[in-house]
Amino acid sequence: MSEPLAPQHGPQPDEIAQEPPATPAARLARWQDAGGVLVPVATGIFAFLIGGVVIAATGHNPIQAYWDIIKGAGFNWLAHPWNTDVATTAAYNFSQTLLQTTSLILCGLAVAFAFRCGLFNIGGNGQYLVGLICANWIGVSFVNMARPAHILLGIAVAAAAGAAWAAIAGFLKATVGAHEVITTIMLNWIAYWIGNYVFLQGGPLQAPKNVPLDVPISADVVPGAQLPVFWGIPALQGLHIGFFIAIGALVVFWIVLNRTTLGYEVRAVGYNPDAAAYGGIKVRTNYIRAMAISGAFAGLAGGIDMLGYLHHFGTIDVQATSIGFLGIAVALLGRNTALGTGIAALLFGGLVYGTTHGLQSGVIDPSLAGHLTEIIQGLVVLFVGADVLILAVWNSRRKLRRQGRVAESGQPKPETAS
Amino acid sequence: MEAATVLEMRGITKRFPGVVADDRVDFELRPGEVHALLGENGAGKSTLMNILYGLYKPDEGEIALKGSRVSFASAKDAIDSGIGMVHQHFMLIPVMSVAENIVLEVEPTKAGVLLDYDAAVEQVRDISTRFGLVVDPNAKVEDISVGQQQRVEILKALYRGAEILILDEPTAVLTPQEAGELFSIIKSLQADGTSIIFISHKLNEVLEIADRITVLRRGKRIDTIPREGATEDGLARMMVGRDVLLRVDKPPANPGDVVLEVKGLNVQDERGLAVVRDVTFSVRAGEIVGIAGVEGNGQSELIETITGLRHADTGEISVGGRRITHATARRMLDAGVGHIPEDRQRLGLVLEFSIAENIALHDYPFPPNSRWGWLFPRRLAQRARELIKEFDIRGGGPQTSASSLSGGNQQKLVAAREVARDPKVLIAAQPTRGLDVGAIEYLHRRLVEERDEGRAILLVSLELDEALSLSDRILVMYEGRIVAEHGATANEEQIGLEMLGGRRKEPAPA
Repeated sequence: MSEPLAPQHGPQPDEIAQEPPATPAARLARWQDAGGVLVPVATGIFAFLIGGVVIAATGHNPIQAYWDIIKGAGFNWLAHPWNTDVATTAAYNFSQTLLQTTSLILCGLAVAFAFRCGLFNIGGNGQYLVGLICANWIGVSFVNMARPAHILLGIAVAAAAGAAWAAIAGFLKATVGAHEVITTIMLNWIAYWIGNYVFLQGGPLQAPKNVPLDVPISADVVPGAQLPVFWGIPALQGLHIGFFIAIGALVVFWIVLNRTTLGYEVRAVGYNPDAAAYGGIKVRTNYIRAMAISGAFAGLAGGIDMLGYLHHFGTIDVQATSIGFLGIAVALLGRNTALGTGIAALLFGGLVYGTTHGLQSGVIDPSLAGHLTEIIQGLVVLFVGADVLILAVWNSRRKLRRQGRVAESGQPKPETAS
Repeated sequence: MEAATVLEMRGITKRFPGVVADDRVDFELRPGEVHALLGENGAGKSTLMNILYGLYKPDEGEIALKGSRVSFASAKDAIDSGIGMVHQHFMLIPVMSVAENIVLEVEPTKAGVLLDYDAAVEQVRDISTRFGLVVDPNAKVEDISVGQQQRVEILKALYRGAEILILDEPTAVLTPQEAGELFSIIKSLQADGTSIIFISHKLNEVLEIADRITVLRRGKRIDTIPREGATEDGLARMMVGRDVLLRVDKPPANPGDVVLEVKGLNVQDERGLAVVRDVTFSVRAGEIVGIAGVEGNGQSELIETITGLRHADTGEISVGGRRITHATARRMLDAGVGHIPEDRQRLGLVLEFSIAENIALHDYPFPPNSRWGWLFPRRLAQRARELIKEFDIRGGGPQTSASSLSGGNQQKLVAAREVARDPKVLIAAQPTRGLDVGAIEYLHRRLVEERDEGRAILLVSLELDEALSLSDRILVMYEGRIVAEHGATANEEQIGLEMLGGRRKEPAPA
């Protein structure tokens, strides 16, 4: 007895899987398996859907809430982009979203670059803080320096500090095999307490003149070290040229990975360290170097945030900083690619700014509004981590359906042939 | 219908997206016969057997057991109908005892829920005496040899009442001696009335053990023939669809200067155990030196040390007269050592990389592949196109990822890269493992050609046949030492003994 079944796209035996895909459909399937755009898009949609369920559970209309977030993030400005006047709410909101996007791109790249070398850099937040602290130190010192030189120095020192901070984890991994997840988390705490120390009363960076001594806050970066603002008003957190640095970093990331021998080594080590070593690549050197480059991106984020719009920082700000962690979600959703990271950063940038400014406390519980970003961030990390699981569930469902079909067609009782 | 056949599969067709794995295949099995299923990788052997074992549903066709039509929804149905399968990769739980593994899921119980371990051991003893498969029921699976694990798998199937036993490439993991033991087990099972389907792509085995042979090629059944009158050449032609040169046809070697020299080499593994002991040998330009031995006797570590992937404790390695002990992998590559590693997927290739990127794996830092750290992908692709053509790598272009190539083409890719670097020494570790007849023929011919080009070739093979037919000299390795050396005309039986640490019947030539 034969079961007329449609060709199944189930798991294939090895001997078939090794054949080159012969049809466009097979190629499409393989491309999706390899992590095409569909997976991250589905992940994002899933995360937002469940976020919507959370909103609905609090008794609000999720569609209204998301619309408010979109408007709060200024995405409606894209409908009439010729009006760049920040006096209009949409344009102002969008400039603020881009401000968030700027640091998220760099924090996302920090995670993505390490990932491409097979390392999970959880330490973006610490590297960001170290960069930010150094930029504040440079920005309040060297008062008489020429502006371009002062800015360049601040940015360079911030990136170098982030690189050095992350390289510690890379060095420990390369020499004693300490796992980078553990070491970067520890380095986050060290950076956190350094931040608390330097801005605390009497700390080296606490402002002695500008503010009363009992405020744990730094002095402002001098105007000569502040990044020029190109959209909006500097006093109102205008969008600074750091935005272009972030866009440039995306391009550099792509070029380094795909067009340099350094990137070739990073990818080889990330995919298969044994084969890389066999190929003559120094795997340990690559771990240290990739972590350093990774940390440079995060340190750069801290540096341009400080010189771009924060200008000063306090212990409370240190304690509230979590943008480095958001970088993990950005990189994961962006599949560790340049373009993906850019898009994911814009999405999260809108979410960060939109939830804090778009949702009115009368409509949505303010505590929920503030945490919605974090809920969605958590869901994204969960779903990205679980996409293997989702695929497995998907496959087993298909198998069940197949068995169900067999059961429906009656128990396969042995019949006498001929 | 009288049960002249225990199993009949008729017109079995199975399609996967873009591929017809089996195309109207007929197969029948008589009681107590050993029926070999022969074909290259990808011919549809495993798919056909997975259908019989209930793992796949056929798209068309029917299966009859002892004259009754059956349809299996899962492997459990197949097992209940008396079909057992021993997969290439064993499905055993290493930390559990032999008896526990055998009775798993059909355990004898005490009070309905508790495993009656003593009864299990007793039953396993019974069944193993009945079929003459000696195992220790109390031994842990992780402590016994691969050959014994295979017996456990066979016993597991017999314990579940298998009357039809499917063996999927059973000798792939065995030493020649273990394979011999397996064959006597198969014969005693056969005498006991068990029908056996023997999947293989090794011609000599099939001719030794099978009563009848069915050949598959690209999903189609080519023919079913009795063993009597079948020849290796004839079977190979049926498998591949053209004439195949089975025996390596090579002129005598014309050795030149010593290129690779290893003196008094000692190597320890990660646990500090001596794995290579006082190894001394040399390979001359224009000769193939084979290292024979059972897996795990230090061959892998020896090669890793020569290629700079492992640290030597004491001893010397020279390439082309220059001492370069303790060199890095990079230094060895630059000194002219090429290496076709034994595990192409773990070591030889970055599977996610494209063919072009894999070809550049050693030479990416040098012009014309790159300059000042700047990579030239177009140059990489151009080089890949040249080598794809020269080495006949099929299944994709320069941008195809290595993972989507078949095993044979992956191996050609590795060989292409290593040979094209023009190395002085070429180390080939199990270069034909898991490949089908056509690819083996190609690689053997290529190695001999490279020898005649004047390269020094060091060949490590677990297949004694291969080592014997390719090598101009053979070294036998046992427990980290070179225990014997033979010329081109070596006695296979003698080497087989030496591989197992047997006493030398004659002193090895110095």
